[in-house]
This record gives sequence, C-alpha cells and structure tokens, in this order.
Amino acid sequence: MKWMKNLKTYVPPSFVVERDDYRCIRCKACVEQCSFDATFYDEEEDRVWTWNANCVGCNRCAAICPTDAITVRRADPTYRYNHNWNGHVDGLKKRAIFGGTPVVSMGNDKPYPIYWDHMLLNASQVTNPSIDPLREPMELKTFLGRKPDSISVSDDGLKTKLAPQLELDIPIMFAAMSYGALSYNVIEALGRAAKEMGTYYNSGEGGLNKDHYKFKGNIIVQVASGRFGVHKDYLDVGSAIEIKIGQGAKPGIGGHLPGEKVSETISETRMMPKGSDALSPAPHHDVYSIEDLRQLIYALKEATEYKKPIAVKIACVHNVAAIASGIARAGADIIVLDGFKGGTGASPQVIRDNIGLPIEVSLAVVDERLRQEGIRQYVSIVASGGIRNSMDVVKAIALGADAVYIGTAALVAIGCTMCQQCHTGKCAWGIATQDPHLSKRVNPDIASKRLINLLEVWALEIKETMGAMGINSIESLRGNRLNLRGVGLNEKELEILGILPAGE
Amino acid sequence: MKIVKIREDNCIFCHLCEVACIVEHSQSKDIIKAFKREERPIARCTVEFNYPVSLSVMCRHCDDAPCIEACQNGSMHRDERGYVVVNPETCVGCWMCIMACPYGVIKRDTRREKWGLSTKCDLCPDRVIPACVEACPNEALTFEEL
Repeated sequence: MKWMKNLKTYVPPSFVVERDDYRCIRCKACVEQCSFDATFYDEEEDRVWTWNANCVGCNRCAAICPTDAITVRRADPTYRYNHNWNGHVDGLKKRAIFGGTPVVSMGNDKPYPIYWDHMLLNASQVTNPSIDPLREPMELKTFLGRKPDSISVSDDGLKTKLAPQLELDIPIMFAAMSYGALSYNVIEALGRAAKEMGTYYNSGEGGLNKDHYKFKGNIIVQVASGRFGVHKDYLDVGSAIEIKIGQGAKPGIGGHLPGEKVSETISETRMMPKGSDALSPAPHHDVYSIEDLRQLIYALKEATEYKKPIAVKIACVHNVAAIASGIARAGADIIVLDGFKGGTGASPQVIRDNIGLPIEVSLAVVDERLRQEGIRQYVSIVASGGIRNSMDVVKAIALGADAVYIGTAALVAIGCTMCQQCHTGKCAWGIATQDPHLSKRVNPDIASKRLINLLEVWALEIKETMGAMGINSIESLRGNRLNLRGVGLNEKELEILGILPAGE
Repeated sequence: MKIVKIREDNCIFCHLCEVACIVEHSQSKDIIKAFKREERPIARCTVEFNYPVSLSVMCRHCDDAPCIEACQNGSMHRDERGYVVVNPETCVGCWMCIMACPYGVIKRDTRREKWGLSTKCDLCPDRVIPACVEACPNEALTFEEL
C-alpha cells in the first residue's frame, strides 16, 4: 500500500484528476511527470491512478498526455455553503493538524480590486492624428537614473555631466528572482532574453553563478539583507545595483531558502555552507533609518566608483510616498516599487494575503509626491508586482513609472501554471526547483525564445496603443495621466490615482 | 545526411518519443488504435534513466555499421537514403546484429510465426521529420545534418 487516506491528516483535496479510460493508453508519461507523488501506475491492475489529495493543480500531466485523456478540475466545495467560513475551513484545519503556519508562493491570490482594469486609455479621433507604428518610427528607449535639473549644450555636444544611466530598449525588465529560488536554466533563459532585447534581468538576492557573468551589461545585481554572494566581482558585473529593502509579496519579513534547495552550486554562489537554510533577516541590520540607507547607497557607489546607478526596492506600504521621498533624498537613482500582488518563492500565507498596497495606487502617490517636492527628476521609478500584460505596462507608465519589472509574467511565458508550489522545490515545470532532473524540463533555448517573443509582442502592443493615442515616444506617455480615465472608481480613488472619471 | 541528435541535458523522461515511434510504426497510425486495438509494434527508441540523467537512445546509423558486417544474409543493409535498415522479408532472426550493435538499440520482435525479426530505427521513411523528434516536447531530440 503506497498511500491511504487518513482522517487524522485529512484535508479535502483541492483538485480532482479525471482520466478518460478509453483515451488513456497507459504510456505513463503523466506518472513520470508528476513530481508531487499524485500519480501512480499499478502493474497488476494495469491502471493509472491518482491520489487527488497530493494534486496541486499544476496541470503538467494534462499538458504532457499525448491523448488528452486527463482533465484536472477544481474540487467543488463539499461543505454546506457559508459565505463567511467556506474559504477558511481548510486553512483552519491545516493549522490545527500540522501545527504550523502555511507557507505559500507566487503572489496574493485574494480578490482585491485590480485598478488596472478600472482604467481606460485614450485614442486620437479627428482632432489629432493617430500613428501607425508599422509605418512610422516609434520610440520605446528608456533611460533609468538620476536626471540633471537642467542641461547646457555647446557645439561640442552636451556640457552637463550626466549621472550613470541604464539604457533600456524596451521599458520592461525581468524582476529579481534569485538563483536558488529558480533553476539554473531559467536564469540562463532570462539572461539570454535580456541580452537579446536590450534590457536587464535582476540577479535576485542569491548572488550570481560564475557561468552567468557572461550576461554582463544586462544584469542588475541585488544586495539584500542576507548579503548572499555579494563581493567585488559581483558588484562589478552588474550594470546597476539594487538594494532590496522589501518585497511586495512579503513586506516586512526576510527571505527563507530551505536547506534542501541549497545544493553544491547554490552554496558556492551564495557563499554559505551546503544544506543550511539561507535566512535573510527581515531588516538590513545596518539600515534602521533613511540616514543609514544613505550610508549604504554611498558605500555601494564608492565601491563601484560612482559608475553605476543604485536602485532601492521597497514593498508598497501605507506611507510609501513619504518613504520614497526619503529614498530619493538619500541618494538613490532608481526606486523600485513592489505592489502587494508581486510574487515570491516562499512566504507565510497571512503575510502574502494581507499586507501591502496595490501598485497602481502606490505608483500614483509616489509620482505625485516627488513632483510636488520637486525631486522627481532625481529618481526613476520602476513599477513591479502584478504587471500582467502590455496594457498594464502602458497604464503604469501613464501613471508615472519609468519602466516596469515583470516576474510572474515571465515565468508564465516559460511554462509556469501558477500552482503556487515554488516553496516545495518540486516544481513540475522545472522552474522553481534545484532538482537536477526536474530542472531539465526548462530548455533554455526554448524558454529564451519564448521570453523574447513575449517582449517583442508586448513592445508591438505598446507601440500600437501609443500610436492610437497619437504618441510616438514613450517619454511623452510618461506621467501623462490625461490619457487615463477611471471607470467604476469612487471619487477618492480617482483623486488618489490622479485621473479623471470616464466622461470628464 | 541528417540524423537524430540526442541532447540528454533536455530529456525529461516523458517517453513520448517511444509513444510516437509506436504510433508511426503501427498499421493505423492512430494512437488509440495502435495501443488498444492492434498488435502493438515495438518502440525503436528507448528512454534510459539513471537519476538525474535520462536520454532517449535509438540507432546511430553508423558509417561503419557493425550490424551490417554481422548480418549473414544482407538483410541489414544501407538504404538509398544512407540509413541502416533491416529487410523484414529476409531477416531470419539470428540476432547477430544485436550481438554486434555497440549501442544496444536493435530489439527482438519474436511475435512472427516462423522466425523472429530484428527491429530498429528506420528514421521514418514516410516522414520528413522522424516521429520521435516531432513528439519531443523539450527538443531533446533534434533532426540535424551530421
């Protein structure tokens, strides 16, 4: 007996795997592909069998099945309908049975409002011409970094000395996802795609594998509270350095990479013993104030001879505008705002689902505050956390972002089905795992092609929308909130977002 | 001459190359019928596994093919495409080719009435791209010039 249901540990399954017995040819592809021990083959009975309780709904089996015999569906709630309690029964049971707080991954999955879907874009009609991006030039080039108050130009060119800038061909970058959380092949694919598309990928807090130094010129390196893998070569290889103060999925708490995921290469990259838990403290223990942050920013600037812009990443929390103002004044060149829908490799469920602010609101208030204080030009703003499509990018830029980070969207492009099991290290799609056999499931050749396709398509979509608005440069869209109208929002929300209601 | 290149770094041990091979060499070329109704042919490729390594192995169509040397009546021969194939009409099932093959990719099909039959990859003469290559979801098998 391989497994039997036991009332003592019973939580109703979230998914039911249905197998059409006529279509099933017993090829056992699904059995080999299931990394969560949900699928078995019984030789004696000649039957492929599923333990629904183990199924996480990753759909790997359904995707690989050559005869489409498998359908994975959500298990219908079996309890008597109760609006207050139905969604909480399983969570209560899990805590009571296993005596621990559930750890989850990916972003907040609760039905909070999505402001992107309450904003509509403008288009040109009669009074001004729209532009066809296939016939006319269209500019997406973006520079991130501190801009001067004014510039002076002579016949020899620009006289003003500019602060270091990041040059992006497309205002979309790959968000910080560490080697450790993601497999080697995924990092490889992100790096190749960033190089090809003239943008950047972020190393995340786990350091940088020596093999990936080849992506120099397209890497943003991160310095987080654990300082894993931070050394001179690491800082040198980055085009910019990002100080991670917080992460949208888990504001106020540090990271935790379980010891099982700390393999030989991870331990070498992170500069820590093999098999030991990689714990990032909740705060940076040398940053307890804006003044301390300034010291860290300038320490990093000194270490890199003032040649690289320094970014500071914060999770969006209640006083985000004031915090951003402090960061700008502390000397940061780029502020990264991470909304509460941002993803993670592991986070306590209560934190992920209840802490933070929406990126749309935070972006609007930060941009507005910095403008009011006359310091907007000192920093570039990067929006991240819940950017799902190219129109979110356009709306974010219209709200005041200089560029965006995509994390979850990039992973979905290479196979992720958002089953929220990153923290288990058993990712059936080979993305969030260090298992050498599972991680083969991402072929960097295929994955990088898909990422490049995604960015190319998004770039075209952004150009099309800009063309419709009669704008031929992304610079003209930046902070251009007149091109946004709110629908289904109350007066206060419209005021905070700084946009007019539809019809006005 | 194109052959199937094996990239073990990408093999995910799904066995779909074997499934595709069986379907391609079946009477109906219909996946359900091939597996459930008809006499199922033998897969010409085999997925080997020793954690974490896995790879699909099939005939390498060697230049100096030892199986052709070993065959006593010329059943194992090189066809007009340059690939090593077996003539099922004349094969007597002596299995000398199996003894000679350095890769262990020739299989025994013992279901014939009179004598057995050597079964091996024929690189799908009816197709432009072999079935296993087309079925591989991770480009672990590619059909490329040597």
